[in-house]
Amino acid sequence: MENINNTILEIRDLCVAYTADKLSVSHVSTDIPRNQITAIMGPSGCGKSTLLRAINRMHELYRGIQVSGELLIDGQDLLKINAMRVRREVGMVFQRPNPFPTMSIADNVLAGYSLNGIRLEKSMRQSIVEQSLKSVGLWNEVKDSLTKRGTFLSGGQQQRLCIARALALKPKLILMDEPTSALDPIATTTIENLLVELKNEVSIIIVTHNMGQAKRISQKSLFMYLGELVEGGSTEQMFSDPADRRTKSYLSGNIG
Amino acid sequence: MDKLKFRIFKSHLLHYSVVVLAALMAVPLVAILGKVAVEGFRNLTLEFLFQPAPTTYEAVMASAAGHAIPGGISNGLVGTLLMLLMSSAISIPVGILSGVFLAEHRSTVFAKVSSYMTDILQGTPSIILGVIVYAWIVIPMKGYSAIAGSIALCIMMLPLIVRSTEEAVKMLSSSYKEAALALGGSYFRTVWKVLLPSAFGQIFTGVLLAVSRIVGETAPLMFTALGCAIVQWDVTQPMSSVPLLIWQFFNNPTLQPLLWSASLVLLVFVLLLNVSSKIVTNKWKI
Repeated sequence: MENINNTILEIRDLCVAYTADKLSVSHVSTDIPRNQITAIMGPSGCGKSTLLRAINRMHELYRGIQVSGELLIDGQDLLKINAMRVRREVGMVFQRPNPFPTMSIADNVLAGYSLNGIRLEKSMRQSIVEQSLKSVGLWNEVKDSLTKRGTFLSGGQQQRLCIARALALKPKLILMDEPTSALDPIATTTIENLLVELKNEVSIIIVTHNMGQAKRISQKSLFMYLGELVEGGSTEQMFSDPADRRTKSYLSGNIG
Repeated sequence: MDKLKFRIFKSHLLHYSVVVLAALMAVPLVAILGKVAVEGFRNLTLEFLFQPAPTTYEAVMASAAGHAIPGGISNGLVGTLLMLLMSSAISIPVGILSGVFLAEHRSTVFAKVSSYMTDILQGTPSIILGVIVYAWIVIPMKGYSAIAGSIALCIMMLPLIVRSTEEAVKMLSSSYKEAALALGGSYFRTVWKVLLPSAFGQIFTGVLLAVSRIVGETAPLMFTALGCAIVQWDVTQPMSSVPLLIWQFFNNPTLQPLLWSASLVLLVFVLLLNVSSKIVTNKWKI
Protein backbone atom coordinates (compact mmCIF):
# COMPACT_ATOMS: atom_id res chain seq x y z
CA MET A 1 0.00 0.00 0.00
CA GLU A 2 2.78 2.37 0.86
CA ASN A 3 4.42 1.51 -2.40
CA ILE A 4 1.32 2.55 -4.35
CA ASN A 5 1.09 5.83 -2.49
CA ASN A 6 4.65 6.66 -3.35
CA THR A 7 4.12 5.89 -6.99
CA ILE A 8 2.47 8.40 -9.28
CA LEU A 9 2.64 6.35 -12.45
CA GLU A 10 3.02 2.65 -13.09
CA ILE A 11 4.30 1.78 -16.54
CA ARG A 12 3.41 -1.79 -17.46
CA ASP A 13 4.74 -3.59 -20.52
CA LEU A 14 4.73 -0.44 -22.65
CA CYS A 15 5.56 -0.90 -26.32
CA VAL A 16 5.69 1.77 -29.01
CA ALA A 17 6.19 0.97 -32.69
CA TYR A 18 6.57 3.49 -35.52
CA THR A 19 6.63 0.67 -38.05
CA ALA A 20 5.02 -2.72 -37.65
CA ASP A 21 8.26 -4.71 -37.69
CA LYS A 22 10.26 -2.78 -35.09
CA LEU A 23 9.55 -1.77 -31.50
CA SER A 24 11.07 1.61 -30.67
CA VAL A 25 10.12 1.17 -27.04
CA SER A 26 10.12 -2.48 -26.11
CA HIS A 27 8.21 -3.93 -23.14
CA VAL A 28 9.11 -1.26 -20.60
CA SER A 29 7.81 -1.69 -17.04
CA THR A 30 8.73 0.60 -14.19
CA ASP A 31 7.28 2.83 -11.48
CA ILE A 32 7.57 6.61 -11.44
CA PRO A 33 7.86 7.89 -7.86
CA ARG A 34 5.57 10.65 -6.59
CA ASN A 35 7.08 14.08 -5.90
CA GLN A 36 10.46 13.12 -7.19
CA ILE A 37 12.41 13.73 -10.36
CA THR A 38 12.87 10.70 -12.56
CA ALA A 39 15.50 11.00 -15.27
CA ILE A 40 15.45 8.95 -18.46
CA MET A 41 18.93 8.66 -19.95
CA GLY A 42 20.36 6.95 -22.95
CA PRO A 43 22.08 7.57 -26.27
CA SER A 44 20.28 9.16 -29.25
CA GLY A 45 17.55 7.01 -30.73
CA CYS A 46 17.23 4.77 -27.69
CA GLY A 47 13.52 5.55 -27.34
CA LYS A 48 13.58 7.87 -24.36
CA SER A 49 11.55 10.65 -25.99
CA THR A 50 9.29 8.06 -27.58
CA LEU A 51 8.57 6.62 -24.15
CA LEU A 52 7.91 10.07 -22.72
CA ARG A 53 5.54 11.05 -25.52
CA ALA A 54 3.56 7.84 -25.05
CA ILE A 55 2.63 8.97 -21.53
CA ASN A 56 0.59 11.99 -22.65
CA ARG A 57 -0.55 10.25 -25.84
CA MET A 58 1.29 12.59 -28.24
CA HIS A 59 1.80 9.68 -30.61
CA GLU A 60 -1.89 9.83 -31.49
CA LEU A 61 -1.27 13.03 -33.41
CA TYR A 62 0.58 11.09 -36.07
CA ARG A 63 -0.58 8.22 -38.18
CA GLY A 64 0.50 4.64 -37.80
CA ILE A 65 2.21 4.75 -34.41
CA GLN A 66 1.20 1.77 -32.28
CA VAL A 67 1.20 2.02 -28.48
CA SER A 68 0.34 -0.89 -26.21
CA GLY A 69 0.63 -1.72 -22.52
CA GLU A 70 -0.68 0.04 -19.43
CA LEU A 71 0.01 3.44 -17.91
CA LEU A 72 -1.64 3.53 -14.49
CA ILE A 73 -2.01 6.85 -12.74
CA ASP A 74 -3.92 6.47 -9.45
CA GLY A 75 -5.10 3.12 -10.72
CA GLN A 76 -6.52 4.59 -13.93
CA ASP A 77 -5.11 3.51 -17.28
CA LEU A 78 -4.09 6.61 -19.24
CA LEU A 79 -4.33 4.69 -22.48
CA LYS A 80 -8.01 3.99 -21.90
CA ILE A 81 -9.37 7.44 -21.04
CA ASN A 82 -9.94 10.49 -23.22
CA ALA A 83 -6.63 11.87 -24.51
CA MET A 84 -7.60 15.48 -23.77
CA ARG A 85 -8.22 14.58 -20.12
CA VAL A 86 -4.87 12.79 -19.96
CA ARG A 87 -3.04 15.83 -21.26
CA ARG A 88 -4.70 18.09 -18.71
CA GLU A 89 -3.36 15.90 -15.92
CA VAL A 90 0.02 15.23 -17.50
CA GLY A 91 1.81 18.41 -18.60
CA MET A 92 4.63 18.63 -21.08
CA VAL A 93 7.64 20.88 -21.61
CA PHE A 94 9.42 20.64 -24.94
CA GLN A 95 13.02 20.73 -26.03
CA ARG A 96 12.80 24.19 -27.57
CA PRO A 97 10.93 26.88 -25.67
CA ASN A 98 7.65 27.38 -27.54
CA PRO A 99 5.48 30.06 -25.93
CA PHE A 100 2.54 30.83 -28.22
CA PRO A 101 3.82 33.68 -30.41
CA THR A 102 0.59 35.65 -30.62
CA MET A 103 -0.22 35.57 -26.90
CA SER A 104 0.94 37.84 -24.11
CA ILE A 105 2.90 36.45 -21.18
CA ALA A 106 -0.24 36.29 -19.04
CA ASP A 107 -2.26 34.66 -21.83
CA ASN A 108 0.47 32.10 -22.31
CA VAL A 109 0.21 31.10 -18.66
CA LEU A 110 -3.58 30.85 -19.01
CA ALA A 111 -3.43 29.11 -22.40
CA GLY A 112 -4.25 25.74 -20.86
CA TYR A 113 -7.54 27.13 -19.61
CA SER A 114 -8.51 28.94 -22.79
CA LEU A 115 -7.60 25.92 -24.90
CA ASN A 116 -9.84 23.80 -22.72
CA GLY A 117 -12.66 26.29 -23.03
CA ILE A 118 -12.62 27.09 -19.30
CA ARG A 119 -13.69 30.65 -18.52
CA LEU A 120 -12.18 32.20 -15.41
CA GLU A 121 -13.09 35.28 -13.43
CA LYS A 122 -10.62 38.12 -13.54
CA SER A 123 -9.40 37.68 -9.94
CA MET A 124 -8.93 33.98 -10.58
CA ARG A 125 -6.95 34.68 -13.73
CA GLN A 126 -4.70 37.11 -11.92
CA SER A 127 -4.00 34.73 -9.08
CA ILE A 128 -3.23 31.82 -11.42
CA VAL A 129 -0.85 33.98 -13.45
CA GLU A 130 0.89 35.29 -10.36
CA GLN A 131 1.12 31.93 -8.62
CA SER A 132 2.36 30.07 -11.70
CA LEU A 133 4.94 32.70 -12.57
CA LYS A 134 6.11 32.81 -8.96
CA SER A 135 6.59 29.09 -8.83
CA VAL A 136 8.97 29.28 -11.81
CA GLY A 137 10.74 32.34 -10.39
CA LEU A 138 9.65 34.54 -13.27
CA TRP A 139 7.19 36.81 -11.47
CA ASN A 140 9.68 39.48 -10.41
CA GLU A 141 11.22 39.58 -13.86
CA VAL A 142 8.00 39.98 -15.85
CA LYS A 143 5.37 41.36 -13.49
CA ASP A 144 5.47 44.77 -15.22
CA SER A 145 5.28 43.34 -18.72
CA LEU A 146 2.55 40.73 -18.45
CA THR A 147 0.83 42.09 -21.55
CA LYS A 148 3.94 41.85 -23.71
CA ARG A 149 4.34 38.91 -26.00
CA GLY A 150 6.01 35.85 -24.55
CA THR A 151 8.45 35.68 -27.42
CA PHE A 152 10.22 38.86 -26.24
CA LEU A 153 11.75 36.98 -23.31
CA SER A 154 15.17 35.35 -23.39
CA GLY A 155 15.39 31.63 -24.15
CA GLY A 156 15.71 30.62 -20.51
CA GLN A 157 12.83 32.88 -19.49
CA GLN A 158 10.70 31.49 -22.33
CA GLN A 159 11.35 27.97 -21.13
CA ARG A 160 10.34 28.93 -17.57
CA LEU A 161 7.21 30.52 -19.04
CA CYS A 162 6.47 27.19 -20.73
CA ILE A 163 6.91 25.41 -17.40
CA ALA A 164 4.54 27.94 -15.79
CA ARG A 165 2.06 27.29 -18.62
CA ALA A 166 2.14 23.58 -17.82
CA LEU A 167 1.96 24.15 -14.05
CA ALA A 168 -1.04 26.47 -14.32
CA LEU A 169 -3.33 23.53 -15.01
CA LYS A 170 -2.14 21.86 -11.79
CA PRO A 171 -1.09 18.59 -13.41
CA LYS A 172 -0.17 15.49 -11.43
CA LEU A 173 2.87 14.83 -13.56
CA ILE A 174 5.06 16.91 -15.85
CA LEU A 175 7.00 15.41 -18.74
CA MET A 176 10.11 17.25 -19.85
CA ASP A 177 11.82 16.41 -23.11
CA GLU A 178 15.42 17.68 -22.79
CA PRO A 179 14.17 21.05 -21.53
CA THR A 180 17.61 22.63 -21.24
CA SER A 181 19.33 21.35 -24.36
CA ALA A 182 18.65 24.60 -26.23
CA LEU A 183 19.74 26.83 -23.34
CA ASP A 184 23.02 28.31 -22.13
CA PRO A 185 24.66 26.99 -18.92
CA ILE A 186 23.37 29.81 -16.70
CA ALA A 187 19.77 29.36 -17.81
CA THR A 188 20.24 25.61 -17.45
CA THR A 189 21.34 25.99 -13.83
CA THR A 190 18.34 28.23 -13.09
CA ILE A 191 15.97 25.63 -14.50
CA GLU A 192 17.68 22.75 -12.71
CA ASN A 193 17.35 24.55 -9.38
CA LEU A 194 13.74 25.32 -10.21
CA LEU A 195 12.93 21.67 -10.94
CA VAL A 196 14.43 20.58 -7.61
CA GLU A 197 12.05 22.98 -5.85
CA LEU A 198 9.07 22.10 -8.02
CA LYS A 199 9.21 18.42 -7.24
CA ASN A 200 7.47 19.17 -3.95
CA GLU A 201 4.41 20.26 -5.92
CA VAL A 202 4.46 17.91 -8.85
CA SER A 203 6.12 14.70 -10.02
CA ILE A 204 8.56 15.17 -12.87
CA ILE A 205 9.94 12.91 -15.58
CA ILE A 206 12.83 14.42 -17.47
CA VAL A 207 14.49 13.04 -20.56
CA THR A 208 18.08 14.13 -20.67
CA HIS A 209 21.10 13.62 -22.80
CA ASN A 210 23.23 15.03 -20.07
CA MET A 211 24.39 12.50 -17.49
CA GLY A 212 25.58 15.26 -15.17
CA GLN A 213 22.11 16.78 -15.16
CA ALA A 214 20.50 13.45 -14.25
CA LYS A 215 23.02 13.02 -11.45
CA ARG A 216 22.49 16.54 -10.13
CA ILE A 217 18.71 16.68 -9.98
CA SER A 218 17.08 13.26 -10.18
CA GLN A 219 16.25 10.78 -7.46
CA LYS A 220 15.44 7.93 -9.78
CA SER A 221 17.14 7.15 -13.08
CA LEU A 222 16.18 4.96 -16.00
CA PHE A 223 18.74 3.93 -18.55
CA MET A 224 17.45 2.98 -21.99
CA TYR A 225 19.36 1.40 -24.81
CA LEU A 226 17.99 0.43 -28.25
CA GLY A 227 14.40 0.69 -27.06
CA GLU A 228 14.85 -1.40 -23.96
CA LEU A 229 14.81 -0.27 -20.37
CA VAL A 230 18.19 -1.64 -19.31
CA GLU A 231 18.18 -0.53 -15.74
CA GLY A 232 16.13 1.61 -13.40
CA GLY A 233 16.70 2.55 -9.81
CA SER A 234 17.88 5.22 -7.45
CA THR A 235 20.17 7.71 -9.15
CA GLU A 236 22.77 7.41 -6.44
CA GLN A 237 22.92 3.66 -6.85
CA MET A 238 23.04 3.80 -10.63
CA PHE A 239 25.88 6.27 -10.80
CA SER A 240 27.96 4.59 -8.09
CA ASP A 241 27.30 0.95 -8.88
CA PRO A 242 25.41 0.25 -12.10
CA ALA A 243 24.12 -3.31 -12.34
CA ASP A 244 24.28 -3.77 -16.11
CA ARG A 245 27.48 -3.55 -18.10
CA ARG A 246 25.75 -1.44 -20.78
CA THR A 247 24.83 1.14 -18.15
CA LYS A 248 28.37 1.03 -16.88
CA SER A 249 29.85 1.60 -20.31
CA TYR A 250 27.37 4.43 -21.04
CA LEU A 251 28.13 6.17 -17.77
CA SER A 252 31.86 5.80 -18.34
CA GLY A 253 31.49 7.28 -21.81
CA ASN A 254 32.25 4.17 -23.81
CA ILE A 255 28.92 4.07 -25.66
CA GLY A 256 26.49 6.75 -26.79
CA MET B 1 49.00 35.70 -60.44
CA ASP B 2 47.38 36.82 -63.69
CA LYS B 3 44.91 34.02 -63.38
CA LEU B 4 43.83 35.32 -59.99
CA LYS B 5 43.38 38.87 -61.35
CA PHE B 6 41.24 37.47 -64.14
CA ARG B 7 39.08 35.64 -61.64
CA ILE B 8 38.62 38.77 -59.56
CA PHE B 9 37.70 40.65 -62.76
CA LYS B 10 35.11 38.01 -63.65
CA SER B 11 33.65 38.18 -60.18
CA HIS B 12 33.30 41.98 -60.41
CA LEU B 13 31.83 41.74 -63.87
CA LEU B 14 29.17 39.32 -62.70
CA HIS B 15 28.41 41.40 -59.65
CA TYR B 16 27.85 44.60 -61.61
CA SER B 17 25.82 42.90 -64.33
CA VAL B 18 23.48 41.57 -61.67
CA VAL B 19 23.09 45.03 -60.17
CA VAL B 20 22.44 46.62 -63.57
CA LEU B 21 19.92 43.96 -64.58
CA ALA B 22 18.11 44.30 -61.26
CA ALA B 23 17.85 48.04 -61.82
CA LEU B 24 16.56 47.46 -65.35
CA MET B 25 13.75 45.35 -63.92
CA ALA B 26 12.29 48.44 -62.30
CA VAL B 27 12.17 50.35 -65.59
CA PRO B 28 8.86 48.93 -66.93
CA LEU B 29 7.12 49.54 -63.61
CA VAL B 30 8.38 53.11 -63.35
CA ALA B 31 7.43 53.73 -66.98
CA ILE B 32 3.90 52.40 -66.48
CA LEU B 33 3.36 54.33 -63.28
CA GLY B 34 4.74 57.52 -64.85
CA LYS B 35 2.61 57.33 -67.97
CA VAL B 36 -0.62 56.51 -66.12
CA ALA B 37 0.02 59.15 -63.47
CA VAL B 38 0.82 61.93 -65.93
CA GLU B 39 -2.07 61.16 -68.31
CA GLY B 40 -4.55 60.24 -65.63
CA PHE B 41 -3.97 63.14 -63.32
CA ARG B 42 -5.14 65.65 -65.95
CA ASN B 43 -8.85 64.73 -65.70
CA LEU B 44 -8.80 63.54 -62.12
CA THR B 45 -11.01 65.56 -59.81
CA LEU B 46 -12.93 64.65 -56.71
CA GLU B 47 -16.04 64.78 -58.89
CA PHE B 48 -14.57 62.00 -61.01
CA LEU B 49 -14.97 59.58 -58.08
CA PHE B 50 -18.57 60.56 -57.28
CA GLN B 51 -20.20 60.92 -60.70
CA PRO B 52 -21.33 58.06 -62.92
CA ALA B 53 -19.85 57.66 -66.39
CA PRO B 54 -21.25 60.10 -68.98
CA THR B 55 -23.26 58.97 -71.97
CA THR B 56 -21.89 59.51 -75.44
CA TYR B 57 -24.42 62.30 -75.95
CA GLU B 58 -23.30 64.17 -72.83
CA ALA B 59 -19.68 63.79 -73.84
CA VAL B 60 -20.26 64.98 -77.38
CA MET B 61 -22.26 67.99 -76.19
CA ALA B 62 -19.63 68.94 -73.64
CA SER B 63 -16.73 68.75 -76.05
CA ALA B 64 -18.71 70.63 -78.72
CA ALA B 65 -19.23 73.40 -76.19
CA GLY B 66 -15.53 73.31 -75.38
CA HIS B 67 -16.01 72.01 -71.83
CA ALA B 68 -14.24 69.13 -70.17
CA ILE B 69 -16.09 65.85 -70.41
CA PRO B 70 -18.37 65.57 -67.34
CA GLY B 71 -18.90 62.56 -65.15
CA GLY B 72 -16.67 59.94 -63.59
CA ILE B 73 -16.55 56.35 -62.55
CA SER B 74 -18.78 56.13 -59.47
CA ASN B 75 -20.94 53.41 -61.06
CA GLY B 76 -17.79 51.35 -61.59
CA LEU B 77 -16.40 52.01 -58.11
CA VAL B 78 -19.64 50.99 -56.40
CA GLY B 79 -19.87 47.87 -58.57
CA THR B 80 -16.26 46.90 -57.94
CA LEU B 81 -16.61 47.32 -54.18
CA LEU B 82 -19.94 45.47 -53.97
CA MET B 83 -18.71 42.55 -56.06
CA LEU B 84 -15.43 42.39 -54.12
CA LEU B 85 -17.40 42.30 -50.90
CA MET B 86 -19.68 39.51 -52.07
CA SER B 87 -16.93 37.36 -53.52
CA SER B 88 -14.74 37.87 -50.44
CA ALA B 89 -17.58 36.93 -48.11
CA ILE B 90 -17.57 33.46 -49.62
CA SER B 91 -14.00 32.91 -50.75
CA ILE B 92 -12.24 34.09 -47.57
CA PRO B 93 -13.87 31.72 -45.04
CA VAL B 94 -14.03 28.79 -47.46
CA GLY B 95 -10.49 29.40 -48.65
CA ILE B 96 -9.00 29.68 -45.17
CA LEU B 97 -10.74 26.54 -43.90
CA SER B 98 -9.69 24.55 -46.96
CA GLY B 99 -6.15 25.87 -46.63
CA VAL B 100 -5.94 24.74 -43.02
CA PHE B 101 -7.31 21.36 -44.00
CA LEU B 102 -4.81 20.91 -46.82
CA ALA B 103 -1.91 21.91 -44.57
CA GLU B 104 -3.00 19.67 -41.71
CA HIS B 105 -3.75 16.58 -43.77
CA ARG B 106 -1.05 17.08 -46.37
CA SER B 107 -0.12 13.41 -46.55
CA THR B 108 -3.58 12.08 -47.38
CA VAL B 109 -4.50 11.23 -50.95
CA PHE B 110 -7.60 13.41 -50.77
CA ALA B 111 -5.55 16.46 -49.76
CA LYS B 112 -3.00 15.82 -52.49
CA VAL B 113 -5.71 15.55 -55.12
CA SER B 114 -7.55 18.67 -53.97
CA SER B 115 -4.28 20.56 -53.69
CA TYR B 116 -3.50 19.65 -57.29
CA MET B 117 -6.98 20.71 -58.37
CA THR B 118 -6.49 24.05 -56.64
CA ASP B 119 -3.40 24.55 -58.77
CA ILE B 120 -5.32 23.79 -61.92
CA LEU B 121 -8.15 26.13 -60.93
CA GLN B 122 -5.59 28.85 -60.30
CA GLY B 123 -4.22 28.33 -63.79
CA THR B 124 -7.62 28.39 -65.53
CA PRO B 125 -7.86 31.40 -67.87
CA SER B 126 -10.27 33.91 -66.37
CA ILE B 127 -12.21 34.29 -69.61
CA ILE B 128 -13.14 30.60 -69.43
CA LEU B 129 -14.42 31.08 -65.89
CA GLY B 130 -16.56 33.90 -67.29
CA VAL B 131 -18.02 31.63 -69.96
CA ILE B 132 -18.70 28.89 -67.39
CA VAL B 133 -20.45 31.25 -64.99
CA TYR B 134 -22.43 32.62 -67.91
CA ALA B 135 -23.68 29.10 -68.66
CA TRP B 136 -24.28 28.17 -65.03
CA ILE B 137 -25.71 31.36 -63.56
CA VAL B 138 -26.55 33.97 -66.16
CA ILE B 139 -28.62 31.69 -68.40
CA PRO B 140 -30.66 30.02 -65.60
CA MET B 141 -31.19 33.41 -63.91
CA LYS B 142 -32.28 34.84 -67.26
CA GLY B 143 -30.06 37.87 -67.06
CA TYR B 144 -26.70 39.40 -66.26
CA SER B 145 -26.21 40.29 -62.61
CA ALA B 146 -23.68 41.35 -60.00
CA ILE B 147 -24.26 38.01 -58.30
CA ALA B 148 -22.99 36.18 -61.37
CA GLY B 149 -20.01 38.53 -61.51
CA SER B 150 -19.22 37.91 -57.85
CA ILE B 151 -19.33 34.15 -58.35
CA ALA B 152 -16.85 34.40 -61.20
CA LEU B 153 -14.53 36.54 -59.06
CA CYS B 154 -15.02 34.22 -56.10
CA ILE B 155 -13.85 31.21 -58.13
CA MET B 156 -10.77 33.20 -59.10
CA MET B 157 -9.97 34.25 -55.52
CA LEU B 158 -10.51 30.88 -53.93
CA PRO B 159 -7.35 29.07 -55.09
CA LEU B 160 -5.20 32.10 -54.20
CA ILE B 161 -6.49 32.16 -50.63
CA VAL B 162 -6.37 28.37 -50.23
CA ARG B 163 -2.76 28.32 -51.40
CA SER B 164 -1.55 31.18 -49.21
CA THR B 165 -3.32 29.81 -46.11
CA GLU B 166 -1.91 26.37 -46.76
CA GLU B 167 1.63 27.73 -47.07
CA ALA B 168 1.21 29.89 -43.96
CA VAL B 169 0.02 27.01 -41.80
CA LYS B 170 2.66 24.65 -43.19
CA MET B 171 5.38 27.11 -42.26
CA LEU B 172 4.35 27.21 -38.61
CA SER B 173 6.49 25.07 -36.40
CA SER B 174 4.62 21.92 -35.40
CA SER B 175 5.79 22.60 -31.85
CA TYR B 176 3.04 25.21 -31.35
CA LYS B 177 0.40 22.70 -32.31
CA GLU B 178 1.96 20.04 -30.10
CA ALA B 179 2.20 22.48 -27.20
CA ALA B 180 -1.46 23.43 -27.53
CA LEU B 181 -2.62 19.84 -27.75
CA ALA B 182 -0.31 18.84 -24.88
CA LEU B 183 -2.25 21.29 -22.69
CA GLY B 184 -5.38 19.28 -23.32
CA GLY B 185 -6.72 21.60 -25.99
CA SER B 186 -9.25 20.25 -28.45
CA TYR B 187 -8.26 20.20 -32.08
CA PHE B 188 -10.78 22.91 -32.92
CA ARG B 189 -9.49 25.28 -30.22
CA THR B 190 -5.90 24.55 -31.20
CA VAL B 191 -6.65 25.64 -34.74
CA TRP B 192 -8.73 28.62 -33.66
CA LYS B 193 -6.58 29.98 -30.84
CA VAL B 194 -3.07 28.98 -31.84
CA LEU B 195 -2.67 28.02 -35.51
CA LEU B 196 -4.84 30.67 -37.16
CA PRO B 197 -3.63 33.60 -35.01
CA SER B 198 -0.01 32.58 -35.55
CA ALA B 199 -0.53 32.41 -39.29
CA PHE B 200 -2.76 35.50 -39.38
CA GLY B 201 -0.24 37.90 -40.90
CA GLN B 202 0.52 35.60 -43.79
CA ILE B 203 -3.11 34.65 -44.37
CA PHE B 204 -4.18 38.29 -44.38
CA THR B 205 -1.40 39.14 -46.80
CA GLY B 206 -2.65 36.35 -49.05
CA VAL B 207 -6.19 37.73 -48.92
CA LEU B 208 -5.02 41.24 -49.82
CA LEU B 209 -2.98 39.93 -52.73
CA ALA B 210 -5.93 37.83 -53.91
CA VAL B 211 -8.15 40.91 -53.84
CA SER B 212 -5.57 42.93 -55.73
CA ARG B 213 -5.34 40.20 -58.34
CA ILE B 214 -9.06 40.08 -59.07
CA VAL B 215 -9.87 43.76 -58.73
CA GLY B 216 -8.57 44.34 -62.24
CA GLU B 217 -10.29 41.35 -63.82
CA THR B 218 -12.35 42.32 -66.83
CA ALA B 219 -12.92 39.25 -68.95
CA PRO B 220 -15.08 37.23 -66.52
CA LEU B 221 -17.23 40.28 -65.77
CA MET B 222 -18.01 40.88 -69.44
CA PHE B 223 -19.95 37.61 -69.46
CA THR B 224 -21.57 38.01 -66.07
CA ALA B 225 -21.98 41.51 -64.63
CA LEU B 226 -22.03 43.09 -68.11
CA GLY B 227 -21.91 46.72 -66.97
CA CYS B 228 -24.41 49.43 -66.16
CA ALA B 229 -24.62 53.14 -66.94
CA ILE B 230 -25.98 54.21 -63.54
CA VAL B 231 -24.91 53.57 -59.97
CA GLN B 232 -26.51 50.21 -59.28
CA TRP B 233 -26.99 48.88 -55.74
CA ASP B 234 -29.30 45.99 -56.63
CA VAL B 235 -27.07 42.93 -56.89
CA THR B 236 -29.56 40.99 -59.00
CA GLN B 237 -29.12 43.55 -61.76
CA PRO B 238 -26.26 44.11 -64.20
CA MET B 239 -23.51 46.16 -62.60
CA SER B 240 -20.45 48.03 -63.76
CA SER B 241 -16.90 47.84 -62.46
CA VAL B 242 -13.82 49.99 -62.89
CA PRO B 243 -12.08 47.67 -65.37
CA LEU B 244 -15.33 47.32 -67.37
CA LEU B 245 -15.52 51.11 -67.56
CA ILE B 246 -11.92 51.29 -68.76
CA TRP B 247 -12.85 48.90 -71.56
CA GLN B 248 -15.92 50.97 -72.45
CA PHE B 249 -13.96 54.22 -72.42
CA PHE B 250 -11.39 52.65 -74.71
CA ASN B 251 -14.03 51.55 -77.19
CA ASN B 252 -15.80 54.90 -77.33
CA PRO B 253 -13.72 57.63 -79.00
CA THR B 254 -15.64 60.42 -77.32
CA LEU B 255 -15.01 59.01 -73.84
CA GLN B 256 -11.33 58.25 -74.32
CA PRO B 257 -10.09 61.20 -72.24
CA LEU B 258 -11.51 59.41 -69.17
CA LEU B 259 -9.53 56.26 -69.89
CA TRP B 260 -6.34 57.32 -68.15
CA SER B 261 -7.98 58.68 -65.03
CA ALA B 262 -9.95 55.48 -64.53
CA SER B 263 -6.75 53.49 -65.04
CA LEU B 264 -4.96 55.66 -62.50
CA VAL B 265 -7.67 55.04 -59.87
CA LEU B 266 -7.50 51.29 -60.44
CA LEU B 267 -3.72 51.26 -60.36
CA VAL B 268 -3.55 53.27 -57.14
CA PHE B 269 -6.06 50.91 -55.54
CA VAL B 270 -3.98 47.86 -56.48
CA LEU B 271 -0.77 49.54 -55.32
CA LEU B 272 -2.36 50.39 -51.98
CA LEU B 273 -3.40 46.77 -51.51
CA ASN B 274 0.13 45.62 -52.32
CA VAL B 275 1.75 48.11 -49.97
CA SER B 276 -0.63 47.22 -47.14
CA SER B 277 0.10 43.54 -47.65
CA LYS B 278 3.80 44.33 -47.12
CA ILE B 279 2.99 46.29 -43.98
CA VAL B 280 0.80 43.49 -42.64
CA THR B 281 3.52 40.91 -43.30
CA ASN B 282 6.06 42.93 -41.36
CA LYS B 283 3.78 43.88 -38.53
CA TRP B 284 2.43 40.40 -37.81
CA LYS B 285 5.72 38.63 -38.27
CA ILE B 286 6.20 36.04 -35.52
